[in-house]
Amino acid sequence: MSKGKTILTQDQFQLTIERLCYELIENYDDFDNACIVGIQHRGALLADRIVHTLESNMNVAVEYGKIDISFYRDDYRRREEPISPSETVMDFIIEDKKVILVDDVLYTGRTIHAAMSALQHFGRAKEIELLTFVDRRFNRHLPIRADYKGITVDAIDEAYVKVEWEHLDGKDQIKFFSKKVNT
Amino acid sequence: MSSGSLSTNHLLGIKYISRSDIELIFKTADGFKDVINRPIKKVPSLRDVTIANLFFENSTRTKISFELAEKRLSADVVNFSASSSSVKKGETLLDTVNNVLAMKVDMVVMRHPVPGAPMFLSKKIDASVINAGDGTHEHPTQALLDAYSIRRHLGSVEGKKIVIIGDIKHSRVALSNIFCLTKMGAHIKLCGPPTLIPKHIESLGVEVEYDLDKALEWCDVANVLRIQLERQDIKYIPSLREYNLYYGIDKERLNRLDKEITIMHPGPINRGVELNSDVADSDHSIILQQVENGVAIRMAVLYLLAGRKPISKI
Repeated sequence: MSKGKTILTQDQFQLTIERLCYELIENYDDFDNACIVGIQHRGALLADRIVHTLESNMNVAVEYGKIDISFYRDDYRRREEPISPSETVMDFIIEDKKVILVDDVLYTGRTIHAAMSALQHFGRAKEIELLTFVDRRFNRHLPIRADYKGITVDAIDEAYVKVEWEHLDGKDQIKFFSKKVNT
Repeated sequence: MSSGSLSTNHLLGIKYISRSDIELIFKTADGFKDVINRPIKKVPSLRDVTIANLFFENSTRTKISFELAEKRLSADVVNFSASSSSVKKGETLLDTVNNVLAMKVDMVVMRHPVPGAPMFLSKKIDASVINAGDGTHEHPTQALLDAYSIRRHLGSVEGKKIVIIGDIKHSRVALSNIFCLTKMGAHIKLCGPPTLIPKHIESLGVEVEYDLDKALEWCDVANVLRIQLERQDIKYIPSLREYNLYYGIDKERLNRLDKEITIMHPGPINRGVELNSDVADSDHSIILQQVENGVAIRMAVLYLLAGRKPISKI
């Protein structure tokens, strides 16, 4: 099994998150009428960290939810096994709110497409923006782009980019694998 | 993002699935329980799946529950009931089902009075078969929703003491419950008149207790069954009044216990026979939660079974 190459180290990792937070503050100020929605499972981990950083470092509170998109995916019955759902935690509706959708890696765009379908069930958002830690530029299947991105990665289809978290994987870092491994 | 798959293409009975299958169904049902409590209770997962509900025997709640589950998954649904069909004209089960399948149906939910009918069908046709009750044999989705309701209410099923009370002999719910709860690590006692408890039932790993008060004293949960008069060809009990005196649960009986127990019932309730109204409508009872959980469980079963058949292979 390939060990993978680190493309964002622990120090850069936290800096990038802080930069993303400042970019959000620049656009949303005190987050009046805005909310952050993380996509389960790994997008929600990034959203957790962003909300935490906004609160503890920048003293900004923001309405925050996590959405599971398993039942909205367009590859159901096109893959060998159905995906097991995670929990959806949405204590509010998004009617007329600005939504910042958060995922860890933007690749084909299909996850974001599913997330936007899922979000419709919580009301009609005023607008939706997308924040992603890693923007993989190649092999997008849909006309979807990120409004806020941590790093941009150019990689061929076989490659795999993984955002790792200290409390789960031992270290905050982003790794690049030349082939998809079972993680 | 984890994925999982059931070990089977059909849900014919709890006997034929494993504990990890049951746990996967519960985990998936948690997701659907969340969906059906939203303002918009629908997800698009099964939008390209057609499901036939074949009910060769009467049913109200199971049929509605399956139909709601299917519709909330965006499946196309066709309904069939034996009373208004060619079955009355002498058509065989296999012919009836093959005619329905010729119209490109992907899954079959079937209730049938003959034990083993869904098993027979699953061997003859390509579509996934879900048993919605076959005679006195099994009723797997009911057992799954019962165990799931216990898990939601008490935190887990493992190690819980559960007594199943009533007409065990004629009850498919009892048999499926025994398989499901023992697989999940619960302790089970059966309680009822000796005429309604099958001989050698202990071989399934359960105990038998004929004294209702002792059984209630022992248990955490009492799952109360209906006396199935329609399946009783001879008199198994002297009278319903006498049954109520010995095996009916009322508030007074529960007040005599030194603890609170949970009361379940798969419905339909015969009030004043196995359960008195003061218990059925009390805080002890989770009967209506069972009904709500039933939709989530059936959505999970349909979702997991349909997902086993990738569209590229159809």
